[in-house]
Amino acid sequence: MASPEPVISVRDLVVGFGAATVLDHVTLEVWRGEILGFVGGSGAGKSVLMRTIIGLLPKRNGTIEVFGRDAAALSGRERRAIERRWGVLFQQGALFSSLNVQQNIEFPIREYLKGLSPRLIEEIAVAKLQMVGLGPDVRKKYPAELSGGMIKRAALARALALDPDIVFLDEPTSGLDPIGAAEFDELIRTLQRTLGLSVFMVTHDLDSLHAVCGRIAVLSEGRVIAAGAIETMLASEHPWLKSYFRGKRGCAARH
Amino acid sequence: MTAASLTESLSLHSLQSGGQCVRLAAGGAWTAQGAAELEQIVEDAGARYRQARSVDIDLQKLERLDTFGAWLIERLNRTLAAHGAATRIVNLSESDRGLIDELRLVNRAPAPAERSANRILSALDAIGRAVAEIGRSLLLLAHLLGALTMVVMSTLARPARLRLRSTVHHLERVGWRAAPIILLSTFLIGAIIAQQGIFHFRQFGAEVYVVDMVGILVLREVGVLIVCVMIAGRSGSAYTAELGAMKMREEIDALRTMGFDPVEVLVLPRIVALVLAVPMLTFLGSMAALYGAALVCWLYGGMTPDIFLARLREAISLPTFTVGMIKAPFMALVIGLVACVEGFEVEGSAASLGLKTTAAVVKSIFLVIVLDGFFAMFFAAIGM
Repeated sequence: MASPEPVISVRDLVVGFGAATVLDHVTLEVWRGEILGFVGGSGAGKSVLMRTIIGLLPKRNGTIEVFGRDAAALSGRERRAIERRWGVLFQQGALFSSLNVQQNIEFPIREYLKGLSPRLIEEIAVAKLQMVGLGPDVRKKYPAELSGGMIKRAALARALALDPDIVFLDEPTSGLDPIGAAEFDELIRTLQRTLGLSVFMVTHDLDSLHAVCGRIAVLSEGRVIAAGAIETMLASEHPWLKSYFRGKRGCAARH
Repeated sequence: MTAASLTESLSLHSLQSGGQCVRLAAGGAWTAQGAAELEQIVEDAGARYRQARSVDIDLQKLERLDTFGAWLIERLNRTLAAHGAATRIVNLSESDRGLIDELRLVNRAPAPAERSANRILSALDAIGRAVAEIGRSLLLLAHLLGALTMVVMSTLARPARLRLRSTVHHLERVGWRAAPIILLSTFLIGAIIAQQGIFHFRQFGAEVYVVDMVGILVLREVGVLIVCVMIAGRSGSAYTAELGAMKMREEIDALRTMGFDPVEVLVLPRIVALVLAVPMLTFLGSMAALYGAALVCWLYGGMTPDIFLARLREAISLPTFTVGMIKAPFMALVIGLVACVEGFEVEGSAASLGLKTTAAVVKSIFLVIVLDGFFAMFFAAIGM
């Protein structure tokens, strides 16, 4: 691979709440077409970084470049154009509870792409559902009627509704049984390949890290302490990395 | 074979239409951005080449492809195939193959048929359901009242089971914190009634009877009604929203599995707090209304407070006051029951929470008024 093209690059990002500094000069790149696994202890600020990149939290300092543009310098219109190019899978799915599954997926399509025929919108929504492995019987169901795994899949379908260039996944496999989690990993990888996605995945799931992530970044004490392939992580002598990747659970995941 | 105007951002050209063999070349970016235009192109092509025996769809000049574009290509493919053409997709790049293959499998099953019902039938259906719903909600109310009675009985047997801390907490919220707004509104209501009374009674020289009117009206009816309407809107809605949110997040199920009775833990303290708070607020509200009336009589009607009080003493008797106060706890019970029933009825969606909160306020105000009517008949019958 030639020098990889970053779709998102974060430099010296500082984020804090009140007196607490959660992210202290974080620098990180997400490359085009890769699956980046983002790990760190609970409360280390993984979700904070994700939410800051997608603009839900204010930053104190540093720059965030999305598709080569400084996110802070964008006008409202440019910002919306960029938001169209990413999809977000929230930890709890965040499906709109008053819309059924099909309407949930149609919503961004309907809002962003004016002038599409209802037939096409519906066909695309059903196609997305099928791509994430949900059958037609789920279409008319409401989020409250779905199981946890189905919610994740439906939410992924919504995140993919506009064919984004990058998707942010916040703990996509948390709360799924190992079989469901493995299937979801496989799904993410298949979709990443067919759609040419870049994936930013916050996760705790060591199996996911082994199975799908091309690169892993580790957040600890407010900084990215390491970034690289899983082999690099396993070879590292950093005490936190050692206990994370080579602890009991880490070893189990490798076999 | 010349591919004309490939500078266009998206296109579908017929490169070769000798006889019944057609070769279509898709060019440009087939993505979500141009999907509306692409759909038109695909529809036109589908209609134009319906006679063709064999169609090749050439993707060599394709710059970008996403799900939208791939699906439209697949749709064209299917349309033509349905008209009997042998279709092929050629010059498919490796990177796009996965996507095209994926969409081959999609939308095969016919959409589940929508039930298109007769309009009159569905109107009747809606009316029937609404009536059944009324019956059901009365039943639920009776059910909760029964459950509450059981809990009250067992609590009376063992008073230590009453959750005192929770009760006091709710009492503070629905009683103490509601006091200022209740005082202010009843004060204004009293003042307005007095002002209207003076204005109209003056024509007959009967201003002094304003005191009778205000005294009886406020103490018997208006004081308690205003307080109940305010409490239903302020505290009843809060109860429904709280219990509804707890229901949505399975907190109520969690309580049940730990062996707690939600009626005992959640409903009883709330309703006890309301039943205590509403009479107190009614008393405060009635006093504030009388105060407002006295003030208006003095400033607007020229009747000194001494005269007002003397007149009031003649006009009202203790039963006038007790009638209002007797009604208050029953109305509080109705408000609390309706709010809790609706709260437990909340389902998964945010819309349902809003719907049930509205229903709680509307139903409890309506039932309070109905109950007031029954009380009026009852007190008339026993001569109070």
